Amino acid sequence: MTAIAHASRPHKRIRLSDVLIFLFCLLAAFVMVVPFFWMVCASFKLNTEIFSKHAQWIPEVFHTVNYEKVWNDIPFFKYFLNTAKLAVIITLLQLVTCSLAAFSFSKLHYPGRDKLFLAYLGTMMVPWHAIMIPQFIIVRNLGLFNTHAALILLQAFSAFGVFILRQNMLSIPDSLIEAAKIDGSSWFRTYLTIILPLTKTGLVTLAVLTFNNVWNDYMGPMIYLDSQSLFTIQIGLASFKQEFAADYGAIMAGTVCSIIPVVIVYACAQRQIVEGVAFSGLKN
Amino acid sequence: MTKTARNEMAVGYLYLLPNLIGFLVFTAIPIVTGFVMSFTNYNGYKGSFVGLANYEKLFRDTQFKAAFANNMVYSFVSVPLIILFALLLALALNKQLPLANTFKTICFFPNLTSMVAVGCVAMLLFMPSNGPVNNFLSALGVPEENLPQWFFSTKTALATIIIVVVWKQAGYYMIMFMGGLKNIPSFLYEAARIDGANGWQLFRHVTWPMLSPTTFMVTILCFISSFQVFDIINVTTQGGPGRATSVIVFRIYKEAFKNNKMGYASAQAYLLFLIILIITLIQWRGQKRWVNVD
Repeated sequence: MTAIAHASRPHKRIRLSDVLIFLFCLLAAFVMVVPFFWMVCASFKLNTEIFSKHAQWIPEVFHTVNYEKVWNDIPFFKYFLNTAKLAVIITLLQLVTCSLAAFSFSKLHYPGRDKLFLAYLGTMMVPWHAIMIPQFIIVRNLGLFNTHAALILLQAFSAFGVFILRQNMLSIPDSLIEAAKIDGSSWFRTYLTIILPLTKTGLVTLAVLTFNNVWNDYMGPMIYLDSQSLFTIQIGLASFKQEFAADYGAIMAGTVCSIIPVVIVYACAQRQIVEGVAFSGLKN
Repeated sequence: MTKTARNEMAVGYLYLLPNLIGFLVFTAIPIVTGFVMSFTNYNGYKGSFVGLANYEKLFRDTQFKAAFANNMVYSFVSVPLIILFALLLALALNKQLPLANTFKTICFFPNLTSMVAVGCVAMLLFMPSNGPVNNFLSALGVPEENLPQWFFSTKTALATIIIVVVWKQAGYYMIMFMGGLKNIPSFLYEAARIDGANGWQLFRHVTWPMLSPTTFMVTILCFISSFQVFDIINVTTQGGPGRATSVIVFRIYKEAFKNNKMGYASAQAYLLFLIILIITLIQWRGQKRWVNVD
């Protein structure tokens, strides 16, 4: 009798420790969400309403003046387009260059291959900040300072991307490739029709992570872009904040706009993003 | 070499080529030229060799020394805090209580937003006069004169940066810890329970030792990223007030792109590289030890 009661206890009775843990999670989630909630509220307020002793969080009247300002007075739409353009081009280029290289590293056999791959791995630990100065000089000597091409070229080749895709491709059995070879398939057809479809998870993960990285990149555009017409969303927002430090509502409206695409990407590809994080842990 | 093998080699190199060119031009060559440049007084246009002068200067440069000290404080305070919160969150969410997935989604989200956006919001949240954080503290009964000045005081600026970064990063490492927890075989818990272990003992003698490879890796990753902190500082305090939040990458950026001292900045950059290299070597040696423990 007691044995039965004991065995069923974890399912039936609500334990105090579980309640406390649940409350901890609730509090943590609250702390994570509150700043975003406040940001959205502030973006619909007039500047005079944002800071006061007894400021209400949810505005009584939703003013859209901040959003009008952000879209009309500063070229936020232009920033959006610039960032989207960079993010799409860089992501596509990375998928092409990284998947080709990963295919070569994982499924083709030739002398020097593994040594080269080791060199790739070795440079993954070099912090970008340690080489950004010589990179800058090379880009400037190529005549690409203050162009989007600079940012595209710098990010189109990623050792991490090669690594993540190679890891994916290693799990594809060699027999599939042998069979394709016997059927007379060219290497390129094997790559297109066998390798790429079977690496879909890796490709999606890489695409999502790259897109998000480019979207959020701040230091790169700051170093390489000079003309306002080329600005990305992050430096556009930062320079707006610098210039109109007291225009709180507009800064919040701009911030909200800059985050919306991230929310959309997260909503669509949460699983891939989380997998990507778990994976970037594995690499070490 | 047979014809097919030659063909395979040609194709292999051909497919590697687009990525390899980029890798050579933008990663491999800069690693070498950056090192060479650190021995020159290159200003972006011309320069000559100055031997070890740049490295000697690092030890005399009070700006850099302050940044280095700040960065050390930042790293050794923020890393343990991030790990503590990430681990607590992972353990709590691992209980599979109601809404666990929603909580996980929410806690990870700040990590995806840009430091610029986070910095913009944090600046306003931590506004000293009538900002929401200080309003909250007032409501709790903190007297007006004791309310912190957050980003605007040399005493609290770095701490405020740390609060913001911990808030943003904890969810990222939480995911890694959750991966580590998933890999602990459940029979270990069952065996320990049969032996009469309580919750704390389960954690102390099963979870913590089994999780140690993950903890170790997370610590390393976290330390490496802590030495590259820049965005949040440039958006919020710009190294100030005074030098209170100046850090290594901030100095590199200033010297290279604002003062045009690219040779000197390269020496700073290589010191950063050295620090990260040392952390990575510790990781490699440590990893071998952990494997032996298993």
